[in-house]
Amino acid sequence: MTDLAIELIGICKSFGAVVANRDVEMKVAKGSIHGIVGENGAGKSTLMSILYGYYQADSGCIRVNGQETRIRNSQEAIRLGIGMVHQHFMLVDNFTVLENIILGAEGGFVLKGGMEAARRHLKRLNQEYGLEVDPDAVVGQLGVGLQQRVEILKALYRGADVLILDEPTAVLTPQEADHLFRILHTLKQQGKTVILITHKLREVLESTDTITVMRAGMVVGNVRSQDVDRAALADLMVGRKVNLQVEKNDRTPGDVVLSVANLCLTDNRGVQLLKNLNFSVSAGEIVGIAGVAGNGQSELLEVLAGMTEASSGDVCYKGQDLVRMKYRQPKAAALRGLGIAHVPEDRSREGLVKAFSIYENAILGYQCDRSLCRGLMYSRQALIARAKKLIQQFDIRPDDPLLRAGLLSGGNQQKVVLAREIHANPDLLLVGQPTRGVDIGAIEFIHHRLVELRDAGKAILLVSVELEEIMSLSDRILVMAGGQITGEVVGREATAQALGLLMCGGDNQ
Amino acid sequence: MSFGQPSTLPRWAQLTILPVLNLMAALLVTGAVTWMIGENPLECLKLLIDGAFGYGEGIGYTLFYTTGFIFTGLAVATAFHAGLFNIGGEGQAYLAGLGITLTVFAFDKVLPFWALMPLCLIAAMVFGAGWAYIPAWLQAKRGSHIVVTTIMFNFISYSVMLYLIGHLLIEPGSQNPTTREFGANAWMPSMTSMAASIGITLPNTPLNASFILALIVCALFYLVVWHTRWGYELRTVGTNGDAAHYAGMNVPKVIIIAMCASGALAGLSAVNELLGSTHRMNVSFTNGVGFVGVAVALMGRNHPIGIILSALLFGALTQGGMDLSFAKPLITREMVWLIEGLVILFCGGLENLFEPFLARLFKWRK
Repeated sequence: MTDLAIELIGICKSFGAVVANRDVEMKVAKGSIHGIVGENGAGKSTLMSILYGYYQADSGCIRVNGQETRIRNSQEAIRLGIGMVHQHFMLVDNFTVLENIILGAEGGFVLKGGMEAARRHLKRLNQEYGLEVDPDAVVGQLGVGLQQRVEILKALYRGADVLILDEPTAVLTPQEADHLFRILHTLKQQGKTVILITHKLREVLESTDTITVMRAGMVVGNVRSQDVDRAALADLMVGRKVNLQVEKNDRTPGDVVLSVANLCLTDNRGVQLLKNLNFSVSAGEIVGIAGVAGNGQSELLEVLAGMTEASSGDVCYKGQDLVRMKYRQPKAAALRGLGIAHVPEDRSREGLVKAFSIYENAILGYQCDRSLCRGLMYSRQALIARAKKLIQQFDIRPDDPLLRAGLLSGGNQQKVVLAREIHANPDLLLVGQPTRGVDIGAIEFIHHRLVELRDAGKAILLVSVELEEIMSLSDRILVMAGGQITGEVVGREATAQALGLLMCGGDNQ
Repeated sequence: MSFGQPSTLPRWAQLTILPVLNLMAALLVTGAVTWMIGENPLECLKLLIDGAFGYGEGIGYTLFYTTGFIFTGLAVATAFHAGLFNIGGEGQAYLAGLGITLTVFAFDKVLPFWALMPLCLIAAMVFGAGWAYIPAWLQAKRGSHIVVTTIMFNFISYSVMLYLIGHLLIEPGSQNPTTREFGANAWMPSMTSMAASIGITLPNTPLNASFILALIVCALFYLVVWHTRWGYELRTVGTNGDAAHYAGMNVPKVIIIAMCASGALAGLSAVNELLGSTHRMNVSFTNGVGFVGVAVALMGRNHPIGIILSALLFGALTQGGMDLSFAKPLITREMVWLIEGLVILFCGGLENLFEPFLARLFKWRK
């Protein structure tokens, strides 16, 4: 026997030409909380997917409790006592907690017997780990934090001794996150092993015992949490001194470009998604909107881009009333014509057609542009010339305009979208999560472009869940919670603590 | 290799080896069935191929059937590019027949060929498009599923047309449910007569100028779908509706126009049949052409070249199968349908059956 719960030795995994993991070595002691940190795309998730049996490593070996094993699928991982809590929950919304937990482990054709046994077992787990979940609650009606606990419970029910959590706090408010870490500590005291994947330095330092730092598919450091501080960890992660603060001169904003008054949005179930929003964005200024994901930021962007109709309120853009205006074409197209460009939050769902080549994606949203046509047809030369220009200006790689967009890395996909929208020379740029899933080099590039655009006198509305991004880019910061603006802070004076407090503002009143 | 992941096969292999393997598999199963009912499979295959391509008349009939399948194949492909499954080609072609017949009845006594023929083509397309418009509107504006509505519209068209032909359009004094013969100025010139005018003698077959029209429409289809703004919007709506909405495209409008274009194309198959061959409208003249179009589009991967090739395959199966069932009493019409069904199953439904196997072979060779 050994006191290592998990040992990974020389794990390699590549997808085509992309090496996701290269010679990864990692040891996780039993009864500890182990953090894996790294930038997006550093290979953390791939590594855990290998451990959980979703992927097979190309080479290397996995030892669980000292035994060398092959994990070919998630059932085998579960049998070895490995449980996983995904970033996106794998729950059936209209089932109760109990039904969700026995899903896949029903214990027989007739449910009743299994259900009763499960209920007893669940009660014990609930007490043992202080999870406080009602087994008869319908999952869809639970809050995000509770749903996550259901996922944890599910893994424990299946006998997990090693629990992997993938970016567990991405969807939580700071309070919910604290509660989660209390639970993880209880788990640890009961002898369970926890592996925490994250790119948030603060939480990993506060809650773990040991940390593996990954960069570009490789392990660049295995450290004890008490031996390092944030700066050291960040340097390890990025591989050089990071200057997350973007160079930016002070600038007096120009005229107001966009002003929003009493904007409300209610969805067809009657849930109020936006409540009385009032703000403005001026030329030559970046206004950042901070908040935990799902607090109305996405809806706000969609309303301003003309993809969703607001329920009430006014939107005024350069003196034009966008709400009462008559539109002869779909609103999203008309607003583009007026000089409002939009980088959507979810580039793969909205911003790109992955099956199309780069040059076809380079005109998405601008497909009516006359300069692209020769007679009734598109001029292929004109399309490709435009794509080449974007590729060159934004250093998109590989530089082949005929390549399918789906084959590009996240960062390059994002550059295609951003290049396209900036190429239109907009007066107002709406940007959602510009660096989600983007590698660090591209992040700096994108940030510089946004600041350049601001210095050129354009108005930018930036929505991001990354506080550091918001703080380093924005001239003014609005914080949203529960569909409301809970506060406004001047960019230079903002602190994560102050923003964090505002971010919980709309939630618990 | 698990389901839903992009194929690791090179594209050329996907387009050549895979369809050939699928076709071979279909023929193998057909051969087994043929052998079980006591016929020699190889002999039957030879008869089938000879029937389709072995002699001038056979080729003419093969290409005649091919023409109709090209039109309905393109119809299904058009809708498919917008992400819609138009099962209603049959009904749309049927209604197009009504448009043609009414136009001919109104004008074949007064208008010359060069004026009447364009009118007939327009009528066919308008009636086909009109019949597709209703399901399209219901899909775009009310969310009624297009597969369900187009199937139902096939049944409605059968009943309506049966009534119209049986009671209103029937040739006076005739016992057969068929209209009077169209005036000769409404006949699509046959290939035989066109070839004769430049001194080439062809056997007498129903192959007519619609075949040339079909090839022209294929070229137009390619240009419109891949080289115009409308085609771009069509494909965007079909592959990523959210992106289309983001890009400010009028998604319901694209859906409606795509379905109307689809119906119009399906309508042209009635031109081939009525104006090119029978010169009158019978009950159930469409004879499954709309359904074969689904298979043709699937197998042809919604590309005009593929559609021409797969339409030729089904044209050959129809013609060769008929000859085969004449020559072999054991091979009935139903057996020929079985062959067609197996081809559709293997080439359409089980398209990627051999893909993992082939992908492994390629990997291993490297």
